[in-house]
Amino acid sequence: MTDASADVVATTSRWSPRVRRIMGFLGVLVVVVVIWELYKVVGKALGGVVPGTELRLRPPPDDRIMPHTWDVVLQLFRPVRRNGELTVLLLGKAALFTLREAFVGFVVGGLVGFGLGVAFVRSTLAERAFMPYVVASQTVPIIAIAPMVVVWGGKLDIPQWLSVAIIAAYLTFFPVTINTVRGLRSPAPTAMEMMRSYAASPSQVLWKLQVPAALPYIFTALKVSATASVIGAIVGELPAGFRDGLARALLEFSQQFNAEKLLAAILMSAIAGILFVGIVTWFEHRLVAAAHRQE
Amino acid sequence: MVAGTNSRERGRGDGVSDAVVVARGVGKVFGTDTDRVEALRGIDLQIARGEFISLIGPSGCGKSTLLRLIGDLLQPSAGELVVNGKPPRQARLDRDYGIVFQQPTLLDWRTVRANVELPLEIMGVAREERAARAEEMLALVQLAEFADHHPWQLSGGMQQRVAIARALGFRPALLLMDEPFGALDEMTRELMQQELLRIWTETETTVVFVTHSIPEAVFLSTRVVVMSPRPGRISAVIDVPLAHPRDVETRESDDYYRLITEVREALRRGETGEGRR
Repeated sequence: MTDASADVVATTSRWSPRVRRIMGFLGVLVVVVVIWELYKVVGKALGGVVPGTELRLRPPPDDRIMPHTWDVVLQLFRPVRRNGELTVLLLGKAALFTLREAFVGFVVGGLVGFGLGVAFVRSTLAERAFMPYVVASQTVPIIAIAPMVVVWGGKLDIPQWLSVAIIAAYLTFFPVTINTVRGLRSPAPTAMEMMRSYAASPSQVLWKLQVPAALPYIFTALKVSATASVIGAIVGELPAGFRDGLARALLEFSQQFNAEKLLAAILMSAIAGILFVGIVTWFEHRLVAAAHRQE
Repeated sequence: MVAGTNSRERGRGDGVSDAVVVARGVGKVFGTDTDRVEALRGIDLQIARGEFISLIGPSGCGKSTLLRLIGDLLQPSAGELVVNGKPPRQARLDRDYGIVFQQPTLLDWRTVRANVELPLEIMGVAREERAARAEEMLALVQLAEFADHHPWQLSGGMQQRVAIARALGFRPALLLMDEPFGALDEMTRELMQQELLRIWTETETTVVFVTHSIPEAVFLSTRVVVMSPRPGRISAVIDVPLAHPRDVETRESDDYYRLITEVREALRRGETGEGRR
């Protein structure tokens, strides 16, 4: 046993960290697929009920509600409807459309979140006055806010995609604000005293000490926000009634009770999210990893 | 107290007019009426140009507080402080002092060179001038070949030398040090003390040095200011007439031991409440 595990260590360390990361990702994928398919096989063999009882298995293991994983992938390369375009093309375009709104919302929300964080750290009064509202804003369900933003945006003649981006921004700014506040306050008291001893101006303290110290915190928030902004964009597209985004595809497929198409759309949304977080992580490595303590 | 009674043999610091720090009846109270702590009471002290003063005493005697009052990082509740002939705030705004803490407080995301340049950057010194000064200071603390390293790649002693280089880079008249070697092991500590004396001699800076090591205070100082707690006050001032340059032989001399004993006894008297003024 020890020999075998030693062998594994020797084998894995032969590959670069990147290859190992990809292998880890694929490994999990394989495990999920195996569990999924195993559940279907065993469930069917049991006749769809828990053995010895009348209780039905949830989800039922039949192919309509829980299709084979390969059917979901194959669905991507079938036309959406008769003589329609390939599912993967439609969903790919929809994902790009949604990502664009999400990205604009992400940038706006990130900047607003950072600005609020700076304001709160500068002024305890501002923090005390506004923080409850900021927290409250996040407890209101986005499904309730989204139609309102779209309606108001329409009245103000704002292009609809911008309204959707605002909804994405609404979900983005909060984690950034919270972590910016935390990060700006992270320098040691002696570091602040040191800046004071140099008679540094508040903006010098901010840009030379506090912001660099806050970057790891801010990037953690940005990764949360990247996924949240995609959700915000999808939710925002619903009341806007966009035909081009992921929301429309998700809605249409669920109304068709087509699990294969729906799962394919979910897969595409997930890939969009991963892509977005991947971009943020790339910037994080550029800006933070090179500069901060790293093993 | 007479100023400059034991300033170095260099012939600097010979009169009140040449005082870098003057404290008259300085007191500091923390907290509000309900839980007020009197950290310092009635501090009278004069530090002449070129002196090396140690503030020594048990925890809670207010030695770090006094250092922060001189540096305008805290404001006194009573009395008057003059630093470099002006109020501490003005001295701070004029960048009259550099400060070194127990933790090196280097910025992880900057190289050693960029850390030394930080105060110069803030003061608006031109790029070439900054680079030249950083080079000079890193040579002074003998870390020139580590200029492009990041702080976490250096040992604790090296990090503290970077902090000293950073504090001296803008040539302040006064160097404030708050237990700078407190986190170092004994061997490194003795080396650093030797280094610091060399730097002090080369730069002709005035040093105020907080410590709770008696041998450290005696080895480094021209005068040792002994403080006692509750409330923090000066219980004795002991001249250290050991010749310069000081080295390992100094540490083994009879005078050195005699002075250590003298400081230790002064500390004990302060603890038991005798020798109050």
